[in-house]
Amino acid sequence: MPPKGSRTSTSAAAKSRSSASTPASTSTQSPLSTLYNSYVDNTPKRLKVVDAFLVFLMLSGIIQFVYCALITNFPFNSFIAGFASTVGQFVLAASLRIQANPENGKTFPKVSPERAFGDFLFGSVILHFFVFNFLG
Amino acid sequence: MSAGTSSKAGASPGQAGTRTAYRLPTLSAESNNNVLSLLRLIIIFLIAGAAVSSRLFAVVRHESIIHEFDPWFNFRATKVLTTDGFYRFWNWFDATAWYPLGRAAGGTAYPGLMVTSGAIFNLFHSLNIPVDIRNICVLLAPAFSGLTAWATYMFTAAMKDDAAGLLAAAFIGIAPGYISRSVAGSYDNEAIAIFLLMMTFYLWIKALKDGSALWGVATALFYFYMVAAWGGYVFITNMIPLHALVLILMGRFSSRLYVSYSSFYALGTLASMQVPFVGFQPVRTSEHMAALGVFGLLQLVAFVELVRSHVPSKQFKLLLVAFVVLVATLAFGALVALTYAGYVAPWTGRFYSLWDTAYAKKHIPIIASVSEHQPPAWPAFFFDLEMLIFLFPVGVFLLFKELRDEHVFVIIYAVMASYFAGVMVRLMLTLTPVVCVSAAIAMSTLLQTYLDPKEPTPLVAGKGDAEEDDGAVAKSTRAATAASRKAAEVGSSDSELSRPASPVFGASSFSSSKFGVFGLDSRFFVTIYSLLLLLVFVLHCTFVTSTAYSSPSVVLASRNADGSQHIIDDFREAYYWLRQNTASDAKVMSWWDYGYQISGMADRPTLVDNNTWNNTHIATVGKAMCSTEERSYPILRKHDVDYVLIIFGGLLGFSGDDINKYLWMIRIAQGVWPDEVREADYFTPQGQYKVDDGASKTMRESLLYKMSYYRFNDLFGGRPGMDRVRQTPGPTKSPELDHLDEAFTSENWIVRIYQVKKPDALGRDLPGVKAFEGGKRRKRAVALPAAPATAGAGGRK
Repeated sequence: MPPKGSRTSTSAAAKSRSSASTPASTSTQSPLSTLYNSYVDNTPKRLKVVDAFLVFLMLSGIIQFVYCALITNFPFNSFIAGFASTVGQFVLAASLRIQANPENGKTFPKVSPERAFGDFLFGSVILHFFVFNFLG
Repeated sequence: MSAGTSSKAGASPGQAGTRTAYRLPTLSAESNNNVLSLLRLIIIFLIAGAAVSSRLFAVVRHESIIHEFDPWFNFRATKVLTTDGFYRFWNWFDATAWYPLGRAAGGTAYPGLMVTSGAIFNLFHSLNIPVDIRNICVLLAPAFSGLTAWATYMFTAAMKDDAAGLLAAAFIGIAPGYISRSVAGSYDNEAIAIFLLMMTFYLWIKALKDGSALWGVATALFYFYMVAAWGGYVFITNMIPLHALVLILMGRFSSRLYVSYSSFYALGTLASMQVPFVGFQPVRTSEHMAALGVFGLLQLVAFVELVRSHVPSKQFKLLLVAFVVLVATLAFGALVALTYAGYVAPWTGRFYSLWDTAYAKKHIPIIASVSEHQPPAWPAFFFDLEMLIFLFPVGVFLLFKELRDEHVFVIIYAVMASYFAGVMVRLMLTLTPVVCVSAAIAMSTLLQTYLDPKEPTPLVAGKGDAEEDDGAVAKSTRAATAASRKAAEVGSSDSELSRPASPVFGASSFSSSKFGVFGLDSRFFVTIYSLLLLLVFVLHCTFVTSTAYSSPSVVLASRNADGSQHIIDDFREAYYWLRQNTASDAKVMSWWDYGYQISGMADRPTLVDNNTWNNTHIATVGKAMCSTEERSYPILRKHDVDYVLIIFGGLLGFSGDDINKYLWMIRIAQGVWPDEVREADYFTPQGQYKVDDGASKTMRESLLYKMSYYRFNDLFGGRPGMDRVRQTPGPTKSPELDHLDEAFTSENWIVRIYQVKKPDALGRDLPGVKAFEGGKRRKRAVALPAAPATAGAGGRK
């Protein structure tokens, strides 16, 4: 396991799984520190804000999932609604992060950062309409 | 998607350096575009008109009624929706179906169709156009076929260009493969489902091209509508993930794919769970696991791509790839383990029988008994698709030559749908759109090649101009020169990762200046020949639609010798007799095929209907039909049956009657009571299925046989009647019925309704009562009978 400090920041973009380095050998230690440094240096502040939001969503989803697995899944539709809201919001925010990243301008010729934010809002509204309808 | 980038009217024909085969009208760029959009609009409207009008044969010939079996339930549900309101429909418990169980119809039907027609109904009524709900239901499928043509146009235009799009719209507007399920009066789920399918696919392609979460969400919304409309949504649920997976494996992962697929899946899955009939299936069944797996894989790949962009070291990147492969394998293993442990439901029989084609026949006869679930023969493909079927592979090949991300989708769709259509006749419907799309791509490529006025020069690098001829062929965006294409691509949506141009699979346009056609004659011949093919296609489609697919199954039409039409209306005659001459709560037992029609037209409670959700209940009806009277009478009494309705086509030669469906009844009953019902008992010792005097004893004593041939010989003056379906004489001696009374027989003896007798007031058994009332006394015995067993009225065998 990598040190805790780098864990939260490397997971900025996605997964709950411990990031790529399962063997803690020194050969992979240097890429990890380069990864961390490169992330801190090269990521704009706005994207870091989005990343913090992503981490929060991920933690929230993990807590819900653990609760469902360990304690009860009784109103299953409520669990699905809550979990799907975190997953959906995570995905939409990750999409926003990707589209708003100035480095990806070539990949998204039709989507400006402002338009990406509009898409994000639209998707979130639709998502939460379905979430509230499904909570029961 | 419009031909904006390619309007090269500025490059007037006859430029220096290019020779043209024929002169072109010179228009300014603006008027050129205006003419093009006007033409597009007119063509789309004409196609929609053709699509609607070719579906009206049945309405014009007969009348505006609902056909077939399933639509009758949809129609009844729509009536509930429009008369009692939406919430009543949502929680509708249909107490008249599946007596004595009832059916929670609101939660066991796909509500999209009813809600759509209910919305249209309310819209018309709010505009003071008081149209009857029946007419809306009858004409819903033709109306949506026009929309399908439009959606197909958009989809194909996203694949190639407007010319191909218009051709595809024209093809799907009249292709019999789609008309067969969407004629006027076919108020079935497929009526709107194909439009939603094409629309969802189009939005998916658009979302993928732009990498836009907005279009991803729009895809999810249309996917939700599709889920609400048709059980075939599972096809979309597996097609889009398959497309994404293939793109990943081809090394074409991009952030656009991540954005479009993730937003589609996260919202679409949650939305699809709002439909009560689907419920938690998207997280609990194997049919939906592919989508979930690809979703997880995409998150993983996206994360790893991000990490890779930050890390220079080569070994580490290799490690990351290994990590992705490992996690994907582990997740797959976990899924298999969950399926085995029972947390994830396995494939349902209906879908599983598509993979293991012998499965249904062995284990679930009720699935195999439906004629639409048989594999089609080759002629069916030609019959339903005519020339499209041989243009179809050409189009797929052309898509392979220029393999953009969205082309991969059409190729996968083509392969999958071809396989499924080869397994089941019914799935010809999902094949038809992709056949139309790729045939249109092939046809438009051919026409563009031969209508291109540019003469090739033996030298390399001529300047290519895409100009439409003065006919109505739309402009090609494809035939621009490579240089202008590169320039256009910077601002166009088709820009893709720059790939090394390979000589074979480079993104070369379909017509390059090195190749071309000299002179007018070859152009003329090929064009005329193609137009002839198209004309023959139209004739074939109209002929097939008119002869094969436009007959309401409720009324049967035959021709008299002088060519006039003779209408056989026995079904409605019998159903209306039931409606008007029986108690409103009289239960009618029939085979499940007629359940929806009885409840729709006769408005009486039924035991089983076409929604075959309870196999045991159907097997009970089958057992009652194929047992002797003594054994089926208790079954009828226990289920409060008042009337038994059977279909008998022996007098008229109507082949879809109950004697021909009899073996399925026996098989389904045998599946539940193998020791009481045996299929072999109904065959002669030589293994023949006979209905005349050579029939087996079990057959001759079974209830359905007796009901079918009861008094049949009276029509033939006492001689054995000729059964025109089986082409054999019936039984010499008419069967006798003890526990049932004939209540009604329709004009042509197609529908026969029997009333179940009430038990005798004096407690005698019914055969004895019959014998007593027939004046058949017991023989006066000289001595008193020794055995007290004969004290009852002697039932004559």
